[in-house]
Amino acid sequence: MLHILLAPAAYQQIPARGYGDLLIYRQSCSCLALIQLCRRAQVSKAQPFKIHFILLFSRQGKLRLQKWYTTLPDKEKKKIIREIVQIILSRNQKTSSFVDWKDLKLVYKRYASLYFCCAIEDQDNELLTLEVVHRYVELLDRYFGNVCELDIIFNFEKAYFILDEFIIGGEVQETSKRSAVKAIEDSDMLQETVEEYMNKPAF
Amino acid sequence: MPAPIRLRELIRTIRTARTQAEEREMIQKECAAIRSSFREEDNTYRCRNVAKLLYMHMLGYPAHFGQLECLKLIASQKFTDKRIGYLGAMLLLDERQDVHLLMTNCIKNDLNHSTQYVQGLALCTLGCMGSSEMCRDLAGEVEKLLKTSNSYLRKKAALCAVHVIRKVPELMEMFLPATKNLLNEKNHGVLHTSVVLLTEMCERSPDMLAHFRKLVPQLVRILKNLIMSGYSPEHDVSGISDPFLQVRILRLLRILGRNDDDSSEAMNDILAQVATNTETSKNVGNAILYETVLTIMDIKSESGLRVLAINILGRFLLNNDKNIRYVALTSLLKTVQTDHNAVQRHRSTIVDCLKDLDVSIKRRAMELSFALVNGNNVRGMMKELLYFLDSCEPEFKADCASGIFLAAEKYAPSKRWHIDTIMRVLTTAGSYVRDDAVPNLIQLITNSVEMHAYTVQRLYKAILGDYSQQPLVQVASWCIGEYGDLLVSGQCEEEEPIQVTEDEVLDILESVLISNMSASVTRGYALTAIMKLSTRFTCTVNRIKKVVSIYGSSIDVELQQRAVEYNALFKKYDHMRPALLERMPVLEKATTNGPTEIVQTNGETEPAVLETKPPPSGLQPASQANDLLDLLGGSDITPVIPTAPTSKPASAGGELLDLLGDLNLTGSPVSAPAPQIAQPSFLLDGLSSQPLFNDIAAGIPSITAYNKNGLKIDFTFERSNTNPSVTVITIQASNSTELDMTDFVFQAAVPKTFQLQLLSPSSSVIPAFNSGTITQVIKVLNPQKQQLRMRIKLTYNHKGSAMQDLAEVNNFPPQSWQ
Repeated sequence: MLHILLAPAAYQQIPARGYGDLLIYRQSCSCLALIQLCRRAQVSKAQPFKIHFILLFSRQGKLRLQKWYTTLPDKEKKKIIREIVQIILSRNQKTSSFVDWKDLKLVYKRYASLYFCCAIEDQDNELLTLEVVHRYVELLDRYFGNVCELDIIFNFEKAYFILDEFIIGGEVQETSKRSAVKAIEDSDMLQETVEEYMNKPAF
Repeated sequence: MPAPIRLRELIRTIRTARTQAEEREMIQKECAAIRSSFREEDNTYRCRNVAKLLYMHMLGYPAHFGQLECLKLIASQKFTDKRIGYLGAMLLLDERQDVHLLMTNCIKNDLNHSTQYVQGLALCTLGCMGSSEMCRDLAGEVEKLLKTSNSYLRKKAALCAVHVIRKVPELMEMFLPATKNLLNEKNHGVLHTSVVLLTEMCERSPDMLAHFRKLVPQLVRILKNLIMSGYSPEHDVSGISDPFLQVRILRLLRILGRNDDDSSEAMNDILAQVATNTETSKNVGNAILYETVLTIMDIKSESGLRVLAINILGRFLLNNDKNIRYVALTSLLKTVQTDHNAVQRHRSTIVDCLKDLDVSIKRRAMELSFALVNGNNVRGMMKELLYFLDSCEPEFKADCASGIFLAAEKYAPSKRWHIDTIMRVLTTAGSYVRDDAVPNLIQLITNSVEMHAYTVQRLYKAILGDYSQQPLVQVASWCIGEYGDLLVSGQCEEEEPIQVTEDEVLDILESVLISNMSASVTRGYALTAIMKLSTRFTCTVNRIKKVVSIYGSSIDVELQQRAVEYNALFKKYDHMRPALLERMPVLEKATTNGPTEIVQTNGETEPAVLETKPPPSGLQPASQANDLLDLLGGSDITPVIPTAPTSKPASAGGELLDLLGDLNLTGSPVSAPAPQIAQPSFLLDGLSSQPLFNDIAAGIPSITAYNKNGLKIDFTFERSNTNPSVTVITIQASNSTELDMTDFVFQAAVPKTFQLQLLSPSSSVIPAFNSGTITQVIKVLNPQKQQLRMRIKLTYNHKGSAMQDLAEVNNFPPQSWQ
């Protein structure tokens, strides 16, 4: 948007050789006003309301799960993770669960020793995202029975499977707790060998 | 070869590592084992190995050599293999990898598998990270599954379709038939994903939107059932039935109701119902309320409903939960333009949020506060905002300062208040003020003529103690340079005048020059200020000369150049110095191009501004300009002052800059350059200094504007077809006498509805015997297409005496202005 506003002579201070300080243009002031107006303006373009990525990490900043619903190079992902972990770990208790980050919003919540962080679109409903995060934790809890961080560490692939029964392409697919967990359990039954059959399998 | 260690085993082992190096060693060892296992094409343990690889990948280690193995797993018949294979694909095989496309065939087969969980895996993978090619290839399969009666697959197919549409929007049409009965489903999963699919389609295509509007009654019904239905353990969240579905329906309703009266009316009742009946004690209820508010504000809802929505937001603002307050501020920001009065009622709560500890809340409160400032509350609001500026985090200060300047400009109750506010901002957040604020402030100060003494005194006092804040120092230097005479004469009316000597003023300016904290730009300001004071101060001119000459050898090129030029002024052009350094005239307010209103800073003095002439310097050029004003009837004509007083090369044309450069190099008599003051930019936009249009209107007859005493001035006209308000006049002055006319200056004035721009003349000497001419370009803007009139004034030296004449030009051909 800005490049449209800064069109011809919207803002110009001519550095006339040796006399720059004597030249004054008014436009820059109104340009700022325009920018502010546009920040508030409703831009109703087709914006998918979706989750961009989900990160789980410990209080020491160790990654426990990463699910990306957009395509990014590996290096970029690592950089983003480092940045976000730092931002969130430095927030104190008194702040809200939402952080403006680039053109996205980060919604995060701490459950025991794990931070759950979701990146959503700017226009999306943050309060509902908190519910989405909570629902995921509930699903994990239902499957593992009193889930703790260790469960997720040692059964990370199950954590992914559960997530994939709950969310596809950044959108919620199933709103029933029971159905989602049942699907995982039924899938577990399909696993071939005896030792891989167990609820919390040891590979 | 012993069986590769189990995943859990590996995890346990790695966790025992005490240092990063130890961990790396373990990982490398295991990777080597895995690699050799892959090479041996071991089917039995491939799954286990890839799982371990995925774990190591999560720890940050490279795992690309497992990509092909994932493909093999996906192709396997064993479910366990497929499960891990697809997981690996989603983690390692995004569309940027070459092998990505190889998955397509496997996925296609699995989409038709007999086991629904295998189909589910394929749908999930495609829906999370399928590339455009894959989507194109497999869209047909997805569409088939969208019509299946198996709700487990149907919901996944719907989200897969969403992904396909996002990747390949052209394929949207093919999913249309399958959407027919989607909303008839009882299964919440399918309902939810169907609503998501419909939302995606409606957002992307206005045709789809129109097509799906007919679903509004059905959506309303579903929503109603959700609210009214009893407790359903499967979907209940804290007493609310399936909040996810409720929110998605509300969102779809928002899109369908936007700009459509009928649809909006159909949803009024249900929205009111949701808004009033939803339980607000838990976050989930508030999530639904929030979505409801957003919907109400976006559709064409009746005013009662809108008030209800804003009141909900107001209640949110008072909520203890920070998240709720954050959300309220965000929404209020969106609605403040449309429902300004309603939001005003919550102003005090919003201002309180400025003191919140959360950074995001503070930012929103600040933006909202600026949006709420108006003529009535400006004093109170500014007080709060200035206090906020004092105490907020550095990341806010720039925005806050800019916002305060804007608001102050728009709503300042008095000039003194305005200047005080500016001063306050400069002193508290002086180093965070944006660069563009400095010229604006300077213009503001220039225009507040009666406050000059007060302003310069306050600025002087401000930098006396601390000259580290660059924007503050720049503004202060400029003002001291301009109004230093007022400062030392102690003329302040607004407050107790201070006793300052010329030397003290020069002391502070020199300190700025010397200080390491001063930026190069600031130093430039200071040096120019010192130079200007040479005409305003009486006892310290020698000191000024000395300072200027010192900087003639400064390492800073800009400073050096300035100093050298100023030196030249002292030495060779001392007669011009007073004229050049005279007080800046009141600058015209340039109109803006954008939708913002023309800024009126002060209720008073528009006419006063015009009447206040630049302080008489007792010099010819100034009085000449004044004469022009008087003769032309004062208020009727806008004075275009194209003469010496503002001979700073203030043009956007660029060519004048070179003129003054010539001052040093050639030492030739400078023809009084025809500079311009801040002219409306449209005249300058894109138009080169050469007044030739590519699309010249058919020849307009030229006229002789003046012909007396051997001096003849002809006007030729050019007009553009694309910009009919602009007329470009080229004057040609010729001399038929036997002696040259030298120091020729052409001035012009036009009625108020016109705007004039004079470009520089080709020279200032008209040779005798018509052997050459002076050409000069005048650009006239005539938006109201009024008849062009012009008064011209000519001054020149001829036969040893100074000549001067005034004339009126009335014979403009109609084609030049109609």
